[in-house]
Amino acid sequence: MEIFEIVTYFVLLLLVSTAVRVVTTSNVIHAAISLVFTLALTSVLFLLLSTEFVALVLVLVYIGAVIVLFLFGIMITRAPLGKNAELDNDKNKKLGAAIAGSIFFLFSYILVNGFDGEVIITSGSSTELLGEILLSRFVFPFELVSFVLLAALIGGITLARKDEALIDEDQV
Amino acid sequence: MTDWLPVLVMFVVAVGFALASLGASYLLSPKKATPEKLAPYECGIFPEVEPSQRFPVKFYMVAMLYIVFDIEIIFLFAWATRFNDLGWYGILAISIFTFFVLETLYYVWKKGVLDWNIPRRERYLKQDLTKEAA
Amino acid sequence: MSIELIISLVKANIVLAVLLTNTILLIWFERKVVAGMQSRVGPDRAGPFGILQTLADAIKLLLKEQILPSKADRAMYLLAPLIALVPSFLIFMIIPLGPDITVEWQNALYTIPLVGADLNVGVLYFLALSSIAVYSVVLAGWSSGSKYPLLGGVRASAQMISYEAAMGLALVPVILYSGSLSLVDIVNSQSGNLSSSIPILNTIVSFIPKWNIFPQFVAFGIFFIAAVAEVNRAPFDLVEAEQELVGGFHTEYSGFRFAMFFLAEYINMFNMCAITATFFLGGWLGPTFEGILPPIFSVIMPIIWLGVKTFLLLFVFVWIRATLPRLRYDQLMELGWKRMIPLSLVWLILSAIVLGLREFGLPWS
Repeated sequence: MEIFEIVTYFVLLLLVSTAVRVVTTSNVIHAAISLVFTLALTSVLFLLLSTEFVALVLVLVYIGAVIVLFLFGIMITRAPLGKNAELDNDKNKKLGAAIAGSIFFLFSYILVNGFDGEVIITSGSSTELLGEILLSRFVFPFELVSFVLLAALIGGITLARKDEALIDEDQV
Repeated sequence: MTDWLPVLVMFVVAVGFALASLGASYLLSPKKATPEKLAPYECGIFPEVEPSQRFPVKFYMVAMLYIVFDIEIIFLFAWATRFNDLGWYGILAISIFTFFVLETLYYVWKKGVLDWNIPRRERYLKQDLTKEAA
Repeated sequence: MSIELIISLVKANIVLAVLLTNTILLIWFERKVVAGMQSRVGPDRAGPFGILQTLADAIKLLLKEQILPSKADRAMYLLAPLIALVPSFLIFMIIPLGPDITVEWQNALYTIPLVGADLNVGVLYFLALSSIAVYSVVLAGWSSGSKYPLLGGVRASAQMISYEAAMGLALVPVILYSGSLSLVDIVNSQSGNLSSSIPILNTIVSFIPKWNIFPQFVAFGIFFIAAVAEVNRAPFDLVEAEQELVGGFHTEYSGFRFAMFFLAEYINMFNMCAITATFFLGGWLGPTFEGILPPIFSVIMPIIWLGVKTFLLLFVFVWIRATLPRLRYDQLMELGWKRMIPLSLVWLILSAIVLGLREFGLPWS
C-alpha cells in the first residue's frame, strides 16, 4: 500500500508540527487549539488503523470535553496571555524537556516491549468487540472506572470550592 | 477504510467552499477600515475597560461533570451494540455502573454545583448585610 | 481516478448544493411561519412569495465589508467561522436518504447506497462532530476581544456540552433496538409494524409503524429538547440574547464571516431535524405506492418522506421559537442537569429492563 504509507507519514508530520506548536507558542489558548489539532490528527491516525471507535472516542472525549475543560480552566484563572517570565525561563524549560523526554522513552519502551511485535487482527466492528471485552474480561475495572470518576469529581469540587467566594467577587 | 472516503472528500469540498466564498467576498467587498469601526462593540462609544478574563468556577465544574457523562455515554454505546449477546449479565453490569454515575450526579447536586442562582443570591445578600454592619 | 473517488465527489457536491439551497428555503420558511404566527406578512418582495429574499440577503452579506476588529486575535478569529461551518456539512453525510438504488451503466450494474457515508460508528460520529461545534462558539467569543462575545461564548459552550450529554444518553435506547451504531441499520431496524403477543392488542398496534418514537417517546422528547438547545435555538438562544448580549458570540463578525455562522446555524438545525427523523421517526421509511406510481417514484418517495418528516420537525422548531420566551441561564442549566440527564439515565435502565424481559425472559429462568 504505497498511498497508505504516504498518507500516514504526511499525517505524522502534521501531527509532530502541531505538537511542537503546543509547547512553543506563548499564548495559552493557541496552545490549547494546537492540542485540538494534534488530537484530531491522532484520531485520523487511528482511523487509518481502522479502529473507528477509538478514533471517535478520542474526538468525543478529548476534543469535545477535556480541551473544553482546559479552555474553561484558562478562562477562570485569568491566565496571562502572552509571555510569562515566571513560567517561560531556562530552568523551567530544562525541567520540561527532562520530563517530556523521560515520558517519551517510557512510552516508547512500553509500546515496543509490551506487544512483542504481535499484530492483532480482529474481524468485525471494533465497537462490538470493545463492548464485549469491556463487559466480560474487564468488567471489574469497568465498574471501578465509575469510582475513579466520582473520586476525580470530589477532588475537583473540593479544590474549586475553596476559593469560590473569592472568584465570585469579580464575577462578570 | 473506503467508508470514510466520502467524508474526507466532503471535508475538502466544504473547506474549499468556505474559503472560495470568503475569497469572493474579500474581492467584492469594500475595504474602508477606520479606528472606530475596528473598535470592540460598545453601542457606539469606545470601551473603557478590557473584557474580564475571569469566569465563575461553575463553568469548570460543568465541564468536569460533562467528561464523566461523556465517558458514561461511550461505555453505554459499547454495551448497547452487544445488548442481545450480553443479556441480563450486561444489563446488571451497566445498571451498577449507571447507579454510580447517578450517585456522582447526586453528590454534585447536593454540593450545590448545579445551583446556578440561589447560593449566589444568598451570598450577595449576606455580603450587603456585612457591609452595612461595618 | 477510481470509481469510489468519483462517486464521493459527486455525493459531496450534491450534499453541498442540497444544503445550500435548502438553507435558502429554510430561512424563508422560518420567516414566513413566524410572520404568520405574529400576524405579519413576512418577506414578500423578492421573487414569488418572497422566496428569493434569503438569496438577496446572502448576496448583500457577500458584498459587505469583512471587519477584523483591532482587539481580535487574528488566527483564531478567522478560524472560528470555518470550525462552525465545516462540521455542519460533514454531519449531513451520514443521514440515509433512501434504500440502495441499482443503476445500469455500460452493461454493468452498480449499487449506490443513498447515503453520503455509511459509517458503522455513525452515532458516535454525529456526537463527535456536534461537540466540535462548541469550539466555533468559544473561539469566536474569546478571539473577538470584546466583552459581549466573550460572555456569549462561555455561556454557549457550557450550555452545549450540558445538553450534548442529555442527547447522547437519549440515543442509547435507540441503539438497543438496532444493535448497531450505523444510521442505515437504525433506519432498517424501524421497518415493519409494531406487534404484540396479546391478540387483541396486536390487531390494534399492527397498523402502527415500528418507529422508535412509539416505544421511546421519553427518549424522543429528551433528544428533541436537547437538539433545540444544542443548536442554540429559542427558547435556548441565550448565546445570542439580543437584549443583553447584543449578538452573542458573533457580535464582532460582519460580512460573509457572519454569514458563515448564520449558514452553519441553519444547516445544523436542518441536520438535527433530519437526524431526529432518522433516529425516532423511521427516517426515509414510508409507503412508496409501488405499482400505483411510476417506478421512478420508488427512488424518490423515500427522499420525500424524509423531507416531510424533517420539515415537520423544523416547523416545530419554528413554532417553539414563536411561542416560548427565552429561559434564564440558571433555569437552562437546571433543566439540563437536574431534570433531563437523571430522567434519561433512569429511562435508559427502565427500557433496558423491559427489553430484556421481552428478549431474554425472566432473569432467573
